[in-house]
Amino acid sequence: MSANARPTSPHLQIYRWQIQMVASILHRATGVALAAGTILLLTALLALASGQPAYTAVHAFCASWIGTLLLLGWTWALAFHFVNGIRHLLQDLGWGLLPAQFVRSSWIVSISSLALTVLVWACVLAQRGGV
Amino acid sequence: MAEFTLPKNSQVQQGKKYPAKAGAKNIRTFRIYRWNPDNGENPRVDTYEVDLSTCGPMVLDALIKIKNEIDSTLTFRRSCREGICGSCAMNIDGTNTLACTKAIADCSPGDVKINPLPHMQVIKDLIPDLTHFYAQLASVKPWLRAETPAPPDKERLQSKADRAKLDGLYECILCACCSTSCPSYWWNSERYLGPAILLQAYRWIVDSRDEDTGARLDELEDPFKLYRCHTIMNCARTCPKGLNPTKAITEIKKLIVERAS
Repeated sequence: MSANARPTSPHLQIYRWQIQMVASILHRATGVALAAGTILLLTALLALASGQPAYTAVHAFCASWIGTLLLLGWTWALAFHFVNGIRHLLQDLGWGLLPAQFVRSSWIVSISSLALTVLVWACVLAQRGGV
Repeated sequence: MAEFTLPKNSQVQQGKKYPAKAGAKNIRTFRIYRWNPDNGENPRVDTYEVDLSTCGPMVLDALIKIKNEIDSTLTFRRSCREGICGSCAMNIDGTNTLACTKAIADCSPGDVKINPLPHMQVIKDLIPDLTHFYAQLASVKPWLRAETPAPPDKERLQSKADRAKLDGLYECILCACCSTSCPSYWWNSERYLGPAILLQAYRWIVDSRDEDTGARLDELEDPFKLYRCHTIMNCARTCPKGLNPTKAITEIKKLIVERAS
């Protein structure tokens, strides 16, 4: 017997990606992304406190294409984490735990997070007066 | 600690191909994980072409046919062939299930991929080492714990309503499909009990005849044993008996909150 040399059977490599699994890993990923996004928020607040030149610089960064892309990403991360967080709260109360229910709720969360992002950015773009 | 890639000795290589005999009409290809403990080689995936016109309907029928007619070295567990022993649990077509109750026709189009239960130590081919899984089951002491002596002339009785609370729990056959579908169990199986064992624990917690509920909850109230469940719910979706370990785990969590308030 060579018990030490026993291989580990494949896992992530072979398991079929299903929506409830995707929603779960996205919840964690968006949580991490939001924590990182707090740095930008803090930077903006510090710049606001330190005066106009600093704030103008932060504002310019946010208005640049990379800043816009990051903000767009964080908007979706916030929307997903928020909506999926509500879903997790309900599940912790014992609701929606049947496979048909959690498959449906995972899809609802994914789609509604995208819809919320679009809604927020429609407002942003309307205020900015175009892209 | 989560390790997302396979260690060097576990990386799967391309294996041999066993083409169907000439004249076979209804061919389905099976790609099966192989590992031989005796030759020091890495695991590999062998490809078998099976003539379905002379094969039973289930994936287990195909495995037995391969072993009988094509490659007698293929190794797997099987016994009852009717979904009650749990021996032939494996990963088929990407999800964990019993080979005996999974119809070949229900696999997605293309090659049928068969692997051992995920993230387990492989003994040989499709046979995982379940030693740790069984030790975890033993750790929850899955038997009736009661101080009150049983009536001398009859069994311990329970009402129909109390008996009904065991439905959806007692049917578990401990095949380990659910536990090995759980990413949390993949990364923390040394400390997290996993869906199957927690469902077993809950089966005794809700049993009206059991008198050790408090101690059972004490034993589970632990950041790892119970609370590594992050309601990913792969377990409930993959259980070949249609049971719901997530629900059982949620009920345990609720009971712990309720008794604290």
